[in-house]
Amino acid sequence: MTNIRTERLWNALRIAVCALLLIFLVAPMLIVIIISFSSAHFLTFPPPGYSLQWYRKLFGDPAWFDSMVVSVEIIVPTGILAMALGTAAALGLSRGEFPGKRVVTGLLMAPIVVPVIIIAAATYGLFQIWSLNGTLLGFVLAHTVLTVPYVTSTVLASLEMVDEGYGKAALTLGASPWTVFRRIVFPLILPGVLSGLLFAMVISFDELVVSLFIGSPTFRPVTVQMWSDVTGDVDPTIAAIGTLLFLFSLLVLLLEAATRRSGTSSPLMGRS
Amino acid sequence: MLNSGAWRSALSRQTLLVLPALILMVGVFIYPVGRLLLRSLSEPVWGLQNFRELMVQPVYFSALVNTVVISGSVTLICLLAGYPLAYTIARASGRAQRLLIFAVLIPFWSSILVRTFAWLVLLQSRGLVNRTLIDLGIIETPVTMVHNRVGVLVGMVHILLPFMVLPLYSVMVRIDASYTHAAASLGAPPVKNFLRVYLPLSWPGVINGTVLVFVMGLGYFITPALLGGAGDTMVAQLIEVEVADLGRWGIAGALAVVLMFGVTVTFAFLFRIGNPATRK
Repeated sequence: MTNIRTERLWNALRIAVCALLLIFLVAPMLIVIIISFSSAHFLTFPPPGYSLQWYRKLFGDPAWFDSMVVSVEIIVPTGILAMALGTAAALGLSRGEFPGKRVVTGLLMAPIVVPVIIIAAATYGLFQIWSLNGTLLGFVLAHTVLTVPYVTSTVLASLEMVDEGYGKAALTLGASPWTVFRRIVFPLILPGVLSGLLFAMVISFDELVVSLFIGSPTFRPVTVQMWSDVTGDVDPTIAAIGTLLFLFSLLVLLLEAATRRSGTSSPLMGRS
Repeated sequence: MLNSGAWRSALSRQTLLVLPALILMVGVFIYPVGRLLLRSLSEPVWGLQNFRELMVQPVYFSALVNTVVISGSVTLICLLAGYPLAYTIARASGRAQRLLIFAVLIPFWSSILVRTFAWLVLLQSRGLVNRTLIDLGIIETPVTMVHNRVGVLVGMVHILLPFMVLPLYSVMVRIDASYTHAAASLGAPPVKNFLRVYLPLSWPGVINGTVLVFVMGLGYFITPALLGGAGDTMVAQLIEVEVADLGRWGIAGALAVVLMFGVTVTFAFLFRIGNPATRK
């Protein structure tokens, strides 16, 4: 009898702890969203009233607006390049064994496990020689390195569900390997490829540490602009951009859920 | 015969598709990282002077200690908090489970910088947390919670908790409730039941989550820089200062070597302890 009572007590305690943890996890984002509509001119919570002034500042202030344009300029080519390279790599890794396959796979996944500060400092050093710091090409190359592993693992997961028998059957019937890919394999892995593209764009959009190193005062994405804002005079503009970033990620998450018709495993688990 | 040959040659040609990504990785990842690590030995002159500097200068040594202590504390807090949370999610049914996972993933999907900013607002001396604690009569004067260790721990736990909960959850959701029921019906008291049955079954999740959080914590830069004080400097911040402000690539390289060493050792630990084949 006492066993049951202590068990109930423990369960109640566990539920209470979990409720507090959920508040802990969710509250900061809610507060950012609320502050972004603040009518005050300084940071205070709860805000004395509501207005859209920080969103107006975001789009009216050239420093903020330009950095948002730079971010878009970076994420579009990065997403496309990462999608192309990651999909190709997944196709190359997916069929059959070859010498050094484990090493190659490890190399392609390594940017996930190496601390990003090391990648940032290393890339900055390399781009000093190549004169790529503060350039679009530099950003696209650096962000593609960071995002290819996510595309590769997403596409590999969807390839695992493509039955090799389909391809063999089509080849037997006289289809060329290219036709097999175009007509059979590609349509089946398309959801995985598209979610890879979306994740690459979100990760690139959110990336700060590498961007901080390779950016320049004249060419810097919105995260670097936010960083100089937070480390300087803080005002609620960062809450406004934070809210927009969050909505963008949420939109991508919903899009991804929509494109993922089948049970492809999500790269969510590996996101850092 | 012909068909299987054609299939095989198509396969070997398909393998070549890894090349573009591989060339990018070697050129823009392996080469620069290798170069950075090597600069620890080559700059300003060849030798071990940079590593000697790390041992001798208190700045570097205390940052190394900070990094391990902060990352270790964050990991411990995440484990203690994440375990019951993951357990609750694993035991929840259908809709509640999806909702809970979504709640855990929300911070995942908002930028680290924005969340750190939120903590800056919440934890400041006239912030919501301090005012609430004063209103509740728990404290009388505001407690300093930013630009010190408390701020760093709160901010980092907030960011890293999902990385503990998800691996734990993915293991716990596969643990059949009948094991603990059987143990209970055979008279095992709850604590013993947990320690002898549930904990060992969830062990792979504990190891994965612990290693993941610890390794990610080792390289942290944004949160300690914004929420920490002078006494909470971590290795990643020093790398940034050495490279961006001082241009001392030798020291930065040596710090990077130490950081990579820590990461590698932790992963090696994962493969030894986490691999069920080598566990007794």
